[in-house]
Amino acid sequence: MKKTFDNKAWFLVLPVFLMVLFNSLIPLMTVVNYSVQETFGNNEFFWSGTRWFEQVLHDRQFHESLMRQIIFTGLVLLIQIPLGLAIALCMPRKGPWVSVCLVLIALPLLVPWNVVGSMWNIMALPDIGLLGKAINGLGISFNYTRQPLAAWFTVVLMDVWHWTSLVVLLCYAGLVSIPDAYYQAAQVDGASRWSVFRYIQLPKLKHVLTIAILLRFMDSFMIYTEVIVLTGGGPGSTTKFLSIDLVQKALGGFDLGPAAAFSIVYFLIILFLSWLFYTLMMRGEAK
Amino acid sequence: MRWRYVFLFIYILFLMLPIYWLLNMSFKTTNEILGGFSAFPREFTLASYRTIFTDPTWYNTYINSITYVLINTVISVMVALPAAYAFSRYNFIGDKHLFFWLLSNRMAPPAVFVLPFVNLYSAVGLFDTPWAVALAHTLFNVPLAVWILEGFMSGVPKELDETAYVDGYSFPSFFVKIFIPTIAAGIGVAAFFCFMFSWVEMLLAKNLTSVAAKPIVAAMTKTASTSGYELGLLAAAGVLTLIPGAFVIYFVRNYIAKGFALGRV
Repeated sequence: MKKTFDNKAWFLVLPVFLMVLFNSLIPLMTVVNYSVQETFGNNEFFWSGTRWFEQVLHDRQFHESLMRQIIFTGLVLLIQIPLGLAIALCMPRKGPWVSVCLVLIALPLLVPWNVVGSMWNIMALPDIGLLGKAINGLGISFNYTRQPLAAWFTVVLMDVWHWTSLVVLLCYAGLVSIPDAYYQAAQVDGASRWSVFRYIQLPKLKHVLTIAILLRFMDSFMIYTEVIVLTGGGPGSTTKFLSIDLVQKALGGFDLGPAAAFSIVYFLIILFLSWLFYTLMMRGEAK
Repeated sequence: MRWRYVFLFIYILFLMLPIYWLLNMSFKTTNEILGGFSAFPREFTLASYRTIFTDPTWYNTYINSITYVLINTVISVMVALPAAYAFSRYNFIGDKHLFFWLLSNRMAPPAVFVLPFVNLYSAVGLFDTPWAVALAHTLFNVPLAVWILEGFMSGVPKELDETAYVDGYSFPSFFVKIFIPTIAAGIGVAAFFCFMFSWVEMLLAKNLTSVAAKPIVAAMTKTASTSGYELGLLAAAGVLTLIPGAFVIYFVRNYIAKGFALGRV
């Protein structure tokens, strides 16, 4: 659609602009402010330069939670994107079952995040939970409150349960929008099921897959509530991801300076990786 | 063709199992839950639900949650409507930068914003009110609403606007009487997403309230951490948090796939 050039449109955008400005700029300014100053209470602040940043960047705890975060996000993307795509391909395109499937598949997305945590907490209990009982029944010792591996398995499985549906819905929306003519042409050419997927569906899904990967990357990198309810970051600190580390520092430790520096580094990592990924995907498209 | 549906069925079964387990536990007595493993409640009881519906410290938290979610949904959609119209119909100085700046707020971890939000909303005197949570959640919901609505509005041909102006409609009356009914489905989808993301968020909702406006998600973590034994109650509260979501999703079931497809990054 051809758009008209008119700066009066700014008046229509103004409410949104002011609202987001209030919510994002003032807090960000506060964070930046704290990150370069030192305080001993009484609202007295002293300039401390880049000290907090150096402290955070050399902090072993930060390195460890960053490593855990990267491994977790990597695992989640590796499982959810192919699984979500596969499920979307299995969905019926027409008929009364479409609505039923969509509603059931979307349901996990509407569960409050702390309830997701409690649900899996209960499910995985080794003595009274369905999952814990089943795994122990197979002869494998499983206790997520003591074994790091079991805790990781539960956290990843929970995230797969919670968020694969988002990938399914995005891919399904992309699949439905492919015109029938494409499939008819493929049939005339005698294309196999695989080549239909490879040369028709996958290229058409590139756009929604980009959105899906970006959203899943950002959200899994910010995960907090589900994990804190499920494992509390434990056993030990084996499932302590970046957000958990940050909240412990900011709300528990009263170390405002280092926490603020942590926040900025954290935000910049997400922005940088999202930008990197987006540019790579789009460069591929330009070719 | 049949293996496709088998695979789909197994996946949906996997999605339903934890929900079933929660439902199962909510009908058990705490003794029965801790007493051992059973796939069905043996002594079926509604005691947990009765506690929640009769104890004001429980049911008030539901009312609080629904209050801020509704305020948030209304505000987000109201401010997003004119902005989305502007993005879909006009070019103006800085439009692309503004759009991406809005979306970048979706990338900010809530954990980063907790502390400054507590300071900010205490300073303006809104701490521990539903307004604080509703306004804080607009940080990620307003950009999302603009994004979804812009997609729907771009699908409406511009001739509609032009014909209306020729017929003598002013901009406000055209917008309210003709344009909004035309994109009703889009508004429904945007409202659904705002409702959903505000309803499921806990970190900000919990830290921006203390007693008066305590949301259900905060009330539940308390049960989970302090006593640790009221699992029946916890399960019942969890089941009740699923109802608004299931209710809302039923209304937009025909548009949900479409709503997801419209995103343009």
